[in-house]
Amino acid sequence: MTTPQERATAPDTAAPETAAPEPTAPEGARPLADVQGPYFGDFGGRFVPEALIAALDELADAYAKAKTDPEFEVELARLHREYTGRPSPLTEVPRFAAHVATADGVPGVRVFLKREDLNHTGSHKINNVLGQALLVKRMGKTRVIAETGAGQHGVATATAAALMGLECTVYMGEEDTERQALNVARMRLLGAEVVPVTIGSRTLKDAINEALRDWVANVEHTHYLLGTVTGPHPFPQMVRDFHRVIGDEARAQLLERTGRLPDLVTACVGGGSNAMGIFNAFLDDDGVALLGLEAGGDGVTTGLHAARFSGGEPGVLHGARSYLLQDADGQTRPTHSISAGLDYPSVGPEHAWLHDTGRATYEPVTDTEAMEAFRILCRTEGIIPALESAHALAGALRAGRTLAPRPDGEPPIVLVNLSGRGDKDVATAGRWFDVLDSGVDENQEGRG
Amino acid sequence: MTAISASSATTSTSTAGTTAPADVVARVTSAATVEAARAENRAVLVGYLPLGFPDVATSVAAARAMVRAGVDVVELGLPYSDPVMDGPLIQSAVETALRGGTRVAQVMGAVEAIAAEGAPVLVMSYFNPVLRYGVDAFARDLASAGGAGLITPDLIPDEAAEWIVAADRHGLDKVFLVAPSSTTERLALTVAASRGFVYAASTMGVTGTRSSVGAGAGELVRRTREAGAPRVCVGLGVSTPQQAHEVASFADGVIVGSALVRSLRDGGVDAVAQTAAALAAGVRR
Repeated sequence: MTTPQERATAPDTAAPETAAPEPTAPEGARPLADVQGPYFGDFGGRFVPEALIAALDELADAYAKAKTDPEFEVELARLHREYTGRPSPLTEVPRFAAHVATADGVPGVRVFLKREDLNHTGSHKINNVLGQALLVKRMGKTRVIAETGAGQHGVATATAAALMGLECTVYMGEEDTERQALNVARMRLLGAEVVPVTIGSRTLKDAINEALRDWVANVEHTHYLLGTVTGPHPFPQMVRDFHRVIGDEARAQLLERTGRLPDLVTACVGGGSNAMGIFNAFLDDDGVALLGLEAGGDGVTTGLHAARFSGGEPGVLHGARSYLLQDADGQTRPTHSISAGLDYPSVGPEHAWLHDTGRATYEPVTDTEAMEAFRILCRTEGIIPALESAHALAGALRAGRTLAPRPDGEPPIVLVNLSGRGDKDVATAGRWFDVLDSGVDENQEGRG
Repeated sequence: MTAISASSATTSTSTAGTTAPADVVARVTSAATVEAARAENRAVLVGYLPLGFPDVATSVAAARAMVRAGVDVVELGLPYSDPVMDGPLIQSAVETALRGGTRVAQVMGAVEAIAAEGAPVLVMSYFNPVLRYGVDAFARDLASAGGAGLITPDLIPDEAAEWIVAADRHGLDKVFLVAPSSTTERLALTVAASRGFVYAASTMGVTGTRSSVGAGAGELVRRTREAGAPRVCVGLGVSTPQQAHEVASFADGVIVGSALVRSLRDGGVDAVAQTAAALAAGVRR
């Protein structure tokens, strides 16, 4: 296995391996966490029309300036605190953890949830949106556009646009507008224009195509507020940085609560922004295993899934080279997931790099497994997760069973990024579990 | 150079820059065609059609017909699932081509058939199908088929190391795009990387017919020439003979796509020939 250190451009300052995970990287020396774009190993780049390069350069420049401007940091921290409600809590879920079966005589695992579901707008997406919206004001642009799959990023963008007085257009695949009708209404209530995209597969990838076309034509006054760690540089790095707050908070909260780092961190991976946000804080902690869960859909062998690392190969889509579900001709393959937010054929380039270096592992979770984890969390802890986050919970149930006992006899700790709440998914889940009275979901047809 | 491009470029043998690539067949280059038209004191007409719309045979017949009607250079589009630089008309045509089962490998035979009409044939492709085929293999097969080169709408020279090596090795044209937003530095970079001609996007936007050609087109052509480009052709939004005539007054070539695709959709091969003839008259006025 190639270690991340061998591939990273940053100096090798990783601490020696320890039997039990303890904080290993001194403050200020985070060679993996601080890797900069445009390339993450062989992945990333800027595979976009020349017409967009000036805008990407302008954005990279505005972001570089903001990063060294204390006023920017203060303003973003204020919004996080007073508007979003950060820090988000860390919740231990013992009744859920009891569902992780263990071998005889071994104490069970402890499971902690990072509660991004409790943020204003209901998911982690707001972290990145507020950061970019502040940059939009600095660049003097007056309009934002965004793509959305499940609608969470669209809602967050519409929210920030309302807050900061920006015009807002959200592109959403027609199929997703149907299965996430409540989020469409939310965006419209917030003053955004929602444009259903009717070409191609009518899902997230086509919404991104349409947003890119809009951006090329209107780039002078419009910012493309991309919602995940994909796309051309500087988006993967910048969006990751705006979500670092998730992992930084969780790491400090867990240390304070238990005096230890987690043995395993799980997160769902569509484009991969919530996962990069929580992984980042632990990249340089040897001994903390990082597990990303992709949409396994009906199962990887069925072809109906969005498991890029199991079923894809490196290729270029939407401006970046990464793992991609493609056919023999390089055409993008259709994807399937019960969760609209994970239904995407490519993945952030930094994840591709972490996959190839072995620092993080990625596994598919089927719709059925995700829904079982969804059900368990609802019933044991009174928390309804987003369908996306249910994949991270399923990963915790599965991988938690394989965790070796710690040398000190304490139970292993699993940290799950609960990236969003499930209000938007009630109709889909209601149909899955057959708990809807007839007629309730007339206008909520999804394919789940 | 970039990690990805540099590493993949080293997998090619280092014949780049040598003067006599082994497999270059006799074929008309787009530069020679532009220069010949210049000798006639006119601009060239570049006509775009996507392979496989409405089916492969008809698309090849239409491309040949438009050459006979006066198109000087053919831009043959390779259908791609995510054409972000294309407007609704071409998106829809390309979707039809893919649904009809058009395969990337078919482009080579199509190029050969169209090149038989005597006009240079440039393939327009988004990067991933070329990457998937194998960049050097694609260049090799395109050259063997008599193709003139590639137009790459989502590949900037900064990311194109592997393609540049392959194109040089097989003697192919490298047509990169410039846009009204391109800085002087980027114009210089793009011009230096291009061979054949530079494709100037008349306006900030995607393909499609427009009532007027962007006012910035003339200015972009001037700046691109100032950056050292010997030949600059203008595309995006040119659809009428009058617009072609206007653009021909300040550019070395006029690139028309959507108007020809619409003619093919609505009136078949004969309509394409008619539209091409009218546009050809526009650049010759």
